[in-house]
Amino acid sequence: MKNAFPILTVVAVLLALWYIAVVPMNATWERDQAAMRGEEISFGQILTATMNQDRPVLPAPHQVLIGMYQQTLGCEAVGRRVCRATTPLNLENFLTRLNETRTSVRSLIYHGWVTLSATMLGFVIGTGAGILLAIGIVYNRAMDASVMPWAIVSQTIPIIALAPMIIVVLNSVGVSGMVPKAIIAAYLSFFPVVVGMVKGLRAPDAMQMDLMKTYSAGGGAVFAKLRLPTSMPYLFASLKVGIAAALVGTIVGELPVQQGGLGVRLLSGSYYGQTVQIWAALFAAAILAAGLVGIVAMIERRTLKRMGMAT
Amino acid sequence: MTEHREPFTLFLAGLTVIMGIGAILSGFELALVTLGLVVAGLGASWASKRPVYWGAPLGVAGIILSLMRMIGYANPDGAGFWFAVVGVWVGAWLLVTLLARFDAPAGALGLALKLAPPVIFGVTLLWLWQTAVTALQVPSVILPVPTEIGARLVSSTDVLLTDLVQTFVRGTLSGFAIGCGAAILFALVVDRYAFLRRGLLPVGNFLAALPIIGTAPIFVMWFGFDWPSKAAVVVAMVFFPMLVNTVQGLTATSAMQRDLMHTYSAGWWQTLVTLRLPAAMPFVFNGLKICATLALIGAIVAEFFGSPTRGMGFRISTEVGRLQLDMVWAEIAVAALLGSAFYGFWALLERRVTFWHPSQRSS
Repeated sequence: MKNAFPILTVVAVLLALWYIAVVPMNATWERDQAAMRGEEISFGQILTATMNQDRPVLPAPHQVLIGMYQQTLGCEAVGRRVCRATTPLNLENFLTRLNETRTSVRSLIYHGWVTLSATMLGFVIGTGAGILLAIGIVYNRAMDASVMPWAIVSQTIPIIALAPMIIVVLNSVGVSGMVPKAIIAAYLSFFPVVVGMVKGLRAPDAMQMDLMKTYSAGGGAVFAKLRLPTSMPYLFASLKVGIAAALVGTIVGELPVQQGGLGVRLLSGSYYGQTVQIWAALFAAAILAAGLVGIVAMIERRTLKRMGMAT
Repeated sequence: MTEHREPFTLFLAGLTVIMGIGAILSGFELALVTLGLVVAGLGASWASKRPVYWGAPLGVAGIILSLMRMIGYANPDGAGFWFAVVGVWVGAWLLVTLLARFDAPAGALGLALKLAPPVIFGVTLLWLWQTAVTALQVPSVILPVPTEIGARLVSSTDVLLTDLVQTFVRGTLSGFAIGCGAAILFALVVDRYAFLRRGLLPVGNFLAALPIIGTAPIFVMWFGFDWPSKAAVVVAMVFFPMLVNTVQGLTATSAMQRDLMHTYSAGWWQTLVTLRLPAAMPFVFNGLKICATLALIGAIVAEFFGSPTRGMGFRISTEVGRLQLDMVWAEIAVAALLGSAFYGFWALLERRVTFWHPSQRSS
């Protein structure tokens, strides 16, 4: 980790900039309040007050952190009664709170799980369908000629614009909950996988194909022993793109019909001016995305290492 | 391509005609299809030499037979109708299969040959959509037919144009210009300091994978409902992908090339303008193309979080609420065309600017 020091420095600078930005962003409100009370307010007072506003224009980093704690294990998520009953936070109380926060509608754990489950379902469907279509494209010239151009074009258009319509239409025919969001997540992760996997399955060069031929390998053997292994790096590259896209799709899919999820937290936060809630939901989504991409990257490293393809 | 799949082609050809005939003589379909499959299979093994010459006419004949059956049927009447539908589908498949066998020659003919399969596929899909939705009487609040959407595109041009100006010209373009411009300038700074490059690149890569779109409600709160907030979301979305690509591009020169510039006693600026920026162009354009797509997505989705009473995202979310789905589809069609045009613009410019790069050579 020779880059650890530069990375940490950059992150620290970003945090410092954030803290500095908090003061001017929130100062107007403090000045207005002071003017209404007919008081003079000193710079020092502004400095401390802007860091701990109730509804800041820009919450300070520690406020976001506290907000995230409050909305996962803190009193805001588990309710005041449970909170008081479990107050010295030992292991037992921690488990009680964890159990409580799983189902609380004010909890990021609950909403994060709603988003995560739809994302995963959609991602699995989209990836599976994408791989199947890619195999079809590689082995059938008609499909390659007719479908592949559309798969490529689909990468350049904002197909996410379909999301609200899919949600509302499926909702009106009685399909609601996880499935409509998963459909959006599926088609957003579908196209990157198709394009990447086609590239991967075509990656073996003529020499390798010829070698398989000299072994008199059949179509199935060529696929299983040459094409599929060669396509793995391409597959994982598109899986990382696909899972990030699936998460965005799910979040956007949660906006029109509000039945839980991080998208709902974002939207309701913006309705009621709860900035800390928006930032907490945003960070939860970021953690989720980083975690999902990280897991895919880890599987990628392990797989490629075992296959002897790691660089 | 040496793998000719004659039996399969013939099977498709036979199936097309059978479907057409079956559609005409509805009532005997099943028997005919069974018979037809046997005949097609036998035919395939018999004459698998050059099926192209009679396969294509057969496919067209099948499509015509099927379409003939459908004329005059405002209301579908059972199995025959669906045989005709399948007949057209299989016929189109056959045509594409036959067209795909030719290796495209250079020039206009080759281009036409390359474009024909996706166009046939697209048209068939639209036709299938139109036919199936009409036949099954799917209400237009669930799925409108393409002709309705087309009519809406024509009749609501003024609204669509207003939305386009609001979302694309004001929101997307300004945000794209600011975001990409700032990222390129910042990349020059990052490039000068190895410490920044080592620290900022991983952070930038990490941030580029996050759902930046979630910042939309924050920017709507800061900059109001109108286009500045959408431009801000676009800036946030495009900045890091552009930064990462440009910084990578600026390192694309070899030590030998830089040494040569040094022997010319070229300064930092001269080296930058005459060597390193041109060498970075493939990476810069890659970033611009990625950002072109991201920018439009950002502008549209940001409007879901609040906007004035115009804009593509606004129109989509409100018309969905009013169940005016033809308008929604019209808006989506405009967004799709716009997205590929914006991307295509950068791809064309790339070809002009980086004509020297191996990836631009025609194979």
